[in-house]
Amino acid sequence: MAAVKETVDQVRAIDVDQYKYGFVSDIESEVFRKGLDEEVVRFISAKKNEPEWMLEWRLDAYRRWQTMDEPTWARVSYPKIDFQDIHYYAAPKSTSGPKSLDEVDPELLKIYDKLGIPLREREVLAGVEGAKVAVDAVFDSVSVVTTFRDELAKHGIIFCSISEAIREHPDLVKKYLGTVVPVTDNYYATLNSAVFSDGSFVWIPEGVRCPMELSTYFRINEKNTGQFERTLIVAEKGAYVSYLEGCTAPQRDENQLHAAVVELITMDDAEIKYSTVQNWYPGDKDGKGGIYNFVTKRGDCRGHRSKISWTQVETGSAITWKYPSCILRGDDSQGEFWSIAVSNGHQQVDSGTKMIHLGKNTASRIVSKGISAGKSQNTYRGQVSVNRRAANARSFTNCDSLLIGNKCGAHTVPYVESRTPSAKVEHEATTSKISDEQLFYCISRGLSPEESVALIVNGFVREVLQQLPMEFAVEAQKLIGVSLEGSVG
Amino acid sequence: MTMLEINNLHAEIESEGREILRGLDLVVKPGEIHAIMGPNGAGKSTLSHILAGKPGYAVTEGTATLDGVDLLELDPSARAAAGLFLAFQYPVEIPGVGNVTFLKAALNAQRKARGEGEISTPDFMRLLKTAAAKLEIGQEMLKRPVNVGFSGGEKKRNEILQMAILQPKLCILDETDSGLDIDALKIVAEGVNSLRSPDRSFIVITHYQRLLDHIVPDVVHVLAKGRIVRSGGPELALELEAKGYADFAEEAA
Repeated sequence: MAAVKETVDQVRAIDVDQYKYGFVSDIESEVFRKGLDEEVVRFISAKKNEPEWMLEWRLDAYRRWQTMDEPTWARVSYPKIDFQDIHYYAAPKSTSGPKSLDEVDPELLKIYDKLGIPLREREVLAGVEGAKVAVDAVFDSVSVVTTFRDELAKHGIIFCSISEAIREHPDLVKKYLGTVVPVTDNYYATLNSAVFSDGSFVWIPEGVRCPMELSTYFRINEKNTGQFERTLIVAEKGAYVSYLEGCTAPQRDENQLHAAVVELITMDDAEIKYSTVQNWYPGDKDGKGGIYNFVTKRGDCRGHRSKISWTQVETGSAITWKYPSCILRGDDSQGEFWSIAVSNGHQQVDSGTKMIHLGKNTASRIVSKGISAGKSQNTYRGQVSVNRRAANARSFTNCDSLLIGNKCGAHTVPYVESRTPSAKVEHEATTSKISDEQLFYCISRGLSPEESVALIVNGFVREVLQQLPMEFAVEAQKLIGVSLEGSVG
Repeated sequence: MTMLEINNLHAEIESEGREILRGLDLVVKPGEIHAIMGPNGAGKSTLSHILAGKPGYAVTEGTATLDGVDLLELDPSARAAAGLFLAFQYPVEIPGVGNVTFLKAALNAQRKARGEGEISTPDFMRLLKTAAAKLEIGQEMLKRPVNVGFSGGEKKRNEILQMAILQPKLCILDETDSGLDIDALKIVAEGVNSLRSPDRSFIVITHYQRLLDHIVPDVVHVLAKGRIVRSGGPELALELEAKGYADFAEEAA
């Protein structure tokens, strides 16, 4: 059980307070003044040499955002955010846009090295042989590099930053952007539409199976800076892609805002597998600092027999507000949501999914594993809705919560709504604690308390871990162990 | 030379302050099998819990050493690494954790604590295969999560499998015979017997003589009201079977 051992070694190597990715990199940045108004929106658009239509799109979003109110229904509490006290644009000075690796500032490469993310194309993920992963690296507001582009281009695949896509592939972007998450979808999605700075764009042509994992690594470095990334992934008929995003941020005393929008579209017989390992800085042991992670992620199974699967391992952020969802529009389409949400310290998680069944014979599956430790609050919020035209829709939810200690909370809030008599909707939920008996049983066999918790928790989440691309499953397993450091004894 | 030496051990349940062990003495030599019998509530399971270091008990007086090492000073996991093994009366389920994964993690944790390197996977698999075959434990049972969905007999066999893999110096079997039918009892007993060696000792806690037909003890003790009140050879178990514990309860009083 090397992974458990590694987990424990990592746990030992750090203090509760020492978030591994908490370093600040000394990179010279261009930061636009704080505050949000039309000038900022125009500045961002101009910085990215965007066409007029994109600027108009942004300004429209900005004007609509001004008329909206912050949502308050989630089971999280935090002081009111001052949106005028945030920088909306920060970029490393040396980078004006993604270029070839040779041109990337070596200091930036070093940072990604330190994060364990391979940007040099000859490299593979640490310790994983033969695993080729194409990476788009987003640093504060800009994409600094995208790897393996030439190889992907041979298959007709477009993998680039969204800024570049707006310039180079405007027709594709115009056709799909905002069609899954409309500009006015919700407060943060609208804000994102106005000020999004970068993110990834993926387009897989008809009938192509993407030959490698694609991934984006987001890094917030600059102080008082919001990160608003925008990701758009389109799989045309019969296409397949597996995509992974990872995120880290320096350790800072003040809270930072991250409000992303991710849109996925699958046409007939296409499949997108989207995995997230979210490890934003969670704040210190007293609950100071940490990222506010307010994210809108939605997939549209637009074609028949298409499939979208979300897998998430959420260990970071002070507050997580996130519901990766599927609109099952095409007949026989399938949506899946596999989630592990770990909260420790003072973290607050309100996360889950929505499965909107519109087409006939659509199927959804939700497997959610919440682990709460410390003084954290962990809520699963899910909606399954079956339209009257969605004959024979099937949905299965399995929602398990695990409590460690007696100062944390786990909550399950399922909404189920069915308008067709032929639908079959099932919901199962359990809440359990790591019992003293389980702990003592492991410890009496020679495992330390930390090893025992890591082992029990990894058993609890195994089903979901198995959904991750293999090279990331080990990483995720370690991360869970590290996140629960200090939760026993 | 002694394997286990307990002197004047007093212990209570922490939350209640109720004294369970009241000056218990016990000496077990290497290679010996000791049976501890006695009425319900005498403190048999408590003794096994205290030796293994289960939280919730307070030792108020006395000592316990394993192979010269002060057991009471060690954390429970260190006691395991020092060679103590408790076969649970009620083995605990750990969902999602494969039996093999668990065994290997435990073995390596102990080896690490002793400053030994991790066992190689081929060596581990060989060890596992041999031990599992003796206990009639198939591949399917090894793959299942620890004790989840196991029958009573399977759980107890699994405890003996752990014992065989971890190779402890002192094995404590806490009512391992409870919930076993006669066939399962034989398999478990054969598993234990095959682990007998001159440098390994056993304490077998049981209510019934039946188990001792299959695991023949060197010494039989009667534990009543927190102390060993009488010790003898295997014939003592037969006497208890015939007469019950009533007499000993009085002796201790």
